[in-house]
Amino acid sequence: MSSETLIHLSLAVLLLPLAGFVLMMFFGRKLPRQGDWLATGISTVALLISLVVLYQKLTVMPGQEAVLNFPWINMHNLPGIGPITIVLGVGLDNLAAIMMVVVMIISALVHWFSIGYMEGDVRYSRYFGYLGLFTFSMLTIVLSNNLFLLYAGWELVGICSYLLIGHWYEKKSASNAGIKAFITNRIGDFGFLLGMLIFFTTFHTFGLKEIFAGLQSGTLPYGSEGWMTAAGVLIFCGAVGKSAQFPLHVWLPDAMEGPTPVSALIHAATMVAAGVYLIARTFPLMTAEALLVIAYIGVITAFISATIAIAQNDIKKVLAYSTISQLGYMVMGLGVGAYTAGFFHLVTHAMFKAGLFLGSGSVIHAMHHALHEQHDHHTDAQDIRNMGGLRERMPVTFWTFLMFTLAISGVPLTSGFLSKDEILAGTLAFGGMTGHVVVPIVAFLVAGLTAFYMFRLVILTFLGKHQDAARFPMVHETRWVMTVPLIILAVLSFFAFYSVNPFNASSGWIAQAVQRPESVVPASLAAADRETFGEALHHEHGLAMMLSLLVAGIGILVAFATYYWKRISAEDIAHRFAPVHRLLLNKWGFDDLYNAAVIGGTIAFSRVLRWFDNMIIDGAVNGTGWLTRGTSFVSGKFDTIVVDGLVNLIAYLSGFAGLVFRKFQTGKVQTYIFFAVGSMLVLYFVFRMV
Amino acid sequence: MDASPISEVLAWLPNVQLAHFLAISAILFALGIFAIITRRNAILVLMGIELILNAANLNFIAFSHYGGLNLDGQVAAVFVIVLAAGEAAIALAIVLNIYHRFQTVNVDEVSSLKE
Repeated sequence: MSSETLIHLSLAVLLLPLAGFVLMMFFGRKLPRQGDWLATGISTVALLISLVVLYQKLTVMPGQEAVLNFPWINMHNLPGIGPITIVLGVGLDNLAAIMMVVVMIISALVHWFSIGYMEGDVRYSRYFGYLGLFTFSMLTIVLSNNLFLLYAGWELVGICSYLLIGHWYEKKSASNAGIKAFITNRIGDFGFLLGMLIFFTTFHTFGLKEIFAGLQSGTLPYGSEGWMTAAGVLIFCGAVGKSAQFPLHVWLPDAMEGPTPVSALIHAATMVAAGVYLIARTFPLMTAEALLVIAYIGVITAFISATIAIAQNDIKKVLAYSTISQLGYMVMGLGVGAYTAGFFHLVTHAMFKAGLFLGSGSVIHAMHHALHEQHDHHTDAQDIRNMGGLRERMPVTFWTFLMFTLAISGVPLTSGFLSKDEILAGTLAFGGMTGHVVVPIVAFLVAGLTAFYMFRLVILTFLGKHQDAARFPMVHETRWVMTVPLIILAVLSFFAFYSVNPFNASSGWIAQAVQRPESVVPASLAAADRETFGEALHHEHGLAMMLSLLVAGIGILVAFATYYWKRISAEDIAHRFAPVHRLLLNKWGFDDLYNAAVIGGTIAFSRVLRWFDNMIIDGAVNGTGWLTRGTSFVSGKFDTIVVDGLVNLIAYLSGFAGLVFRKFQTGKVQTYIFFAVGSMLVLYFVFRMV
Repeated sequence: MDASPISEVLAWLPNVQLAHFLAISAILFALGIFAIITRRNAILVLMGIELILNAANLNFIAFSHYGGLNLDGQVAAVFVIVLAAGEAAIALAIVLNIYHRFQTVNVDEVSSLKE
């Protein structure tokens, strides 16, 4: 298959969901079953095509990039700037091909799952339409080979996220969450835009390849090393917003107000990973300092959210914080230079975290139905304190959920173990090379915390006894459209799909296909190069594996001891460290801080503006009004007296003339002749005298 | 030769000049105008018109004779006579209609042109 066929096939994958969106928006409600089969069918077909594309890409042309460019705006020769042409285009390299398949797998499975989960929803067809639009937007990000198109997709996924979080917009909290997500994202996106424009003003192009080439030839933005780092960090701001990194992570937990399959698709597997994908795309232009910032942001995010996840009781909130924490992991991985590991973790995390969310959706669905049967409208269907013992009632959900939990905790033989291990080895290598030892220490701590809170979730939800004996028999396993995607994702969480060796992924196909690109910034600014880092990584691998097994084991053991065997009392600890517990319950107070600082500040500023508006702007407007009224009065008088007077005078004169001349108009022929003859005589004498 | 009145007139005849014709014509014209303006009877007004036409005829012929224009003036006069006949016919028809409508031929009472 030639590179042209490949790029055309990927365009088909890109545009099919868009076609689905258009069809669903216009005809969805009129189709049988509100068109869910159409959207689901389209995404499944797109998934199959993307699989073909990936296979062909990796077997036929692994090293090349298939590109399709077209000039969008040609501004020709701008005076003082030079020729500017904005070229849009799609490019298919290994990274994009893998990401495309990941997006399509999750998207197709979420479509299938939604058929069961969203059954009977008021805006059923619109929901599927939005899913299609989201898939298209996400693929735009994945496939674009320039920052401009990427930014367009970036904003499109933002709006899809907004629309889908607020799917049940009758609920105030859901619409608020949508707004919060959108606005928080805007802050990050603004940074991204600025970073993009720094490069555009320097190189007059948005194409990543052209920017890299320009940097490699020694040109720096504004000729300054500081600007270079700033541009990298600004682009990373976009990732901070989209991937919910500290300090913009506050929107993601609230985004759980959306339907659970949406959380799985957008807020766990794909959109939030777009930030990581962006860093991977722009990795070569990051300076060592920018990468350090990225690594530390990742570490802080991973730690904060992992601690918050421990204290949460809402099943989706726990998963949300876990997602933030894992995203922090990926960002950290990229920041320390473990490029392949970061991206690998993105892929594996997409599978098991989407699975976790869909599993939680299955649980919530079942709980919801049971509560409905009980006519209980007060009990929260998402609160794990109301669950327990569900293993017997929902075996498929339980076993798949357990598989995902093992994967995210980093238990051997799972995909999560492989990718996490790589990242941890990367942090160890980074700590050893640069002396930032806090990075690996926190990374291992977070690995332990992850295992702990995930097993806490599993134990409280599925093991032990159910909280309400009357409800227990009413809980049923969900339908096959919901369990089959879970089984598929569980299978995809095994190591075998990524590497033949269950303990080391570096020989696996992803590690072969996705190699860390060489930095294009000047050597004095760049981080340790690939060989040096790879060497260090290799040395640390054994140690990383031992340590990660150790901390994961400790985390799991403590979780069982606390919540299953009850050897440790969680209440006792919460009581003893009450301030810490309160801090965690309060999510480190970020929401309060932002409420006070950002929202309060905005309101105070608005007050000032209102005063300015009332006094100065309104005063000016009123003054203008008075002035206008005055001049209008004068001009009105002038109009009625002078202008109207003149007009009336002319009318009066005409009337008077008419009065005089009508006397001549007797209607008698003889009078007329008399006048005619008389005037002729007069004329005769007049001319005679002349 | 005896100077009888007739022979006297005949003898004077060669002295008749253009001016004499014009004078007669002018008198005729004035009489016509006078009739048109002063008479109240429509028929008499028409007669005044005839007078004016004849005054014009006289002028045509006189100018033709004294101006050396061959028969052009006479031809014009013949045309005028024909015209006058047509005009009289139409005008009398109009007067008849006026009479039918207003039961009078007094032009003073027929002043609906004013409206």
